[in-house]
Amino acid sequence: MSEAVPALSPEQMRCLLQTMYRIRAFEEKVDELFMRGEVHGTTHLSIGEEATAAAALQALRPDDYITSTHRGHGHCISKGADLKLMMAELLGKETGYCRGRGGSMHIADVASGNLGANGVVGGGIPIATGVGLSIKMQGLDRVCLCFFGDGAANEGTFHESLNLAAIWDLPVIFLCENNQYGMSMSVRKATRCETIAQRAVAYGIPGERVDGNDVFAVYEAVSRAAARARSGQGPTLIEAVTYRYKGHSKSDQNRYRTRDEIRAWQERDPIKRLAAYLRDHGLSTQEEIEREEAAAYQAIEEAYQFALASPEPDPDSLLEGVYA
Amino acid sequence: MSGPSSFPTTITTGAPQPSSEAAQSQVQEMTYAEAIREALREEMRRDPRVFLMGEDIGIYGGAFGVTYGLIDEFGEERVRDTPISEAVLAGSAIGAALTGMRPVAEFQFSDFMAIGMDQIVNQGAKLRFMFGGKAQVPVVFRAPLGSGTGAAAQHSQSLEAWFAHVPGLKVVLPSTPADAKGLLLSAIRDPNPVIFLEHKLLYRYKGLVPRGEWTIPIGQAEVKRHGKDLTIIALSIMVPRALAVAERLAEEGVEAEVVDPRTLRPLDEETLITSARKTGRVLIVHEAVLTGGFGGEIAARIASSEAFYYLDAPILRLGGAETPIPYNRTLERRATPQEEDIYQAARRLLQRRPL
Repeated sequence: MSEAVPALSPEQMRCLLQTMYRIRAFEEKVDELFMRGEVHGTTHLSIGEEATAAAALQALRPDDYITSTHRGHGHCISKGADLKLMMAELLGKETGYCRGRGGSMHIADVASGNLGANGVVGGGIPIATGVGLSIKMQGLDRVCLCFFGDGAANEGTFHESLNLAAIWDLPVIFLCENNQYGMSMSVRKATRCETIAQRAVAYGIPGERVDGNDVFAVYEAVSRAAARARSGQGPTLIEAVTYRYKGHSKSDQNRYRTRDEIRAWQERDPIKRLAAYLRDHGLSTQEEIEREEAAAYQAIEEAYQFALASPEPDPDSLLEGVYA
Repeated sequence: MSGPSSFPTTITTGAPQPSSEAAQSQVQEMTYAEAIREALREEMRRDPRVFLMGEDIGIYGGAFGVTYGLIDEFGEERVRDTPISEAVLAGSAIGAALTGMRPVAEFQFSDFMAIGMDQIVNQGAKLRFMFGGKAQVPVVFRAPLGSGTGAAAQHSQSLEAWFAHVPGLKVVLPSTPADAKGLLLSAIRDPNPVIFLEHKLLYRYKGLVPRGEWTIPIGQAEVKRHGKDLTIIALSIMVPRALAVAERLAEEGVEAEVVDPRTLRPLDEETLITSARKTGRVLIVHEAVLTGGFGGEIAARIASSEAFYYLDAPILRLGGAETPIPYNRTLERRATPQEEDIYQAARRLLQRRPL
């Protein structure tokens, strides 16, 4: 964890811990439901990456926008989504955020500023740029946080979007969750660059690399970027270095990495680290932490029960929502 | 035979027919390009959410001069020159539309929409549906299409069928100045993504255009010329060509009906079927390559309707040759239907005997 005294209040830290437990509990449940065939299609889990999502959203305001990725459950929960409506969406139910039309890869809640997960790698980056343009043209005091992965950093949309946001000083925070692999391809093989953050130089904007498993570091970097964006100074590129414990998706046999590597990253588990910090600094007792963890699993169970009891979409409603 | 150098420059068919002198003063003769510019100007004056973005659309006025002068009235904020970055042009227009703006994005050539295709097809067209109907993407993508300018294979295609294949998009191809204005106003006000395709040879065609508020509903075909002997369903530049052919046929005693779908998605099936049923002979003409062209869809809709029982001959389709558009002038003309081709096809169709 960062050595400096964090800018977060103890209450905010406990809130972060709660969010991270909820993300993990949600995704473990999804994993289980997938194994049992209750969730179909595919699913991309962010277990191990919770700190980046939770801390980044903690640094923003409720009316700020986000665009998310195929690995987006954590972003959605951190943005304040209702777990019941999320779980209902994954079960394809009418009560889900997208009435069961979107599923894991397309959860959105436009009304709350969550402009959606995205099934196309790099697909959300131009959209976030346009949201920044919209904010600027409407004179709003908001920012758009654009999540994407190390894989997306090699898509053309990344380059086009960072350049456009830079020349127009758009209030966008480009947050790269570098979890080391684009599916199976190591980031070390996918680019000659030492870091993703250094690419910011090419667009004339600030770039910063932080430990993505350190909630304080992520919070501070995103806070700085948000302040820049709100004051009209334009976009920032942040690279949060993190790791996913689970495979890319359900088809992943983990052939491209070792158990030792996964274990090494689990030693730096973001949830354990924040829990230890709270305990070591006398901000929470072990009992309180365990209660928080149990409450998260309980909340997910309730969300699951809600989803189970929810109705399926009416087949005759198939064409609804294609056009406004 | 008419070609790039000999096209009529004045086409008034399809313009409104004012019934009184007062109404007469409400129309003005202008080119197709001017009509588009007027629609953009009027809508930008009316709605502060509307803005333009695209390559060289500011001081330069766009590759075909359509947006010329708009930057003087609306400034750089609302007439935004973008870098040569079609993916983010498309995507940022979608993002702005999703959050309260009404962008009109111009692609310099419709061929370059291929570069922004992921954003148009995988994002813009689907966001509303994927989000359970809880979002709107009111964006217009304008682009010139078509051959006849010697611009060769990467600047001359007619790709409207690609877009018409995607639920969530609307696809509009106006053929007259009045239609261009009326449909563009509707497109900008539409809460869905609209692909607005302008034939580059039509830009200098003139016609009467109503001043001020003048909208044409998206999804409404128009019978551009009434006739009883055969129906020519024509898209975009093929509409004036079909009308010229109809005049020639009229001199020979044949009354051709010319129908312009104007919108491919949603398609005004009823007007097409009604005409087919009336004349019993249908020729479909478009510049796009025949295989997979939208004419196949139109033919299928007619053949699947009750109009089938009224057909006196098989439906005939005329489209672009199965080739990229060549540079050479003669080859270029050969690659797409010209007036003479339409005339010959109409004659062939008229010779077919009823079963």
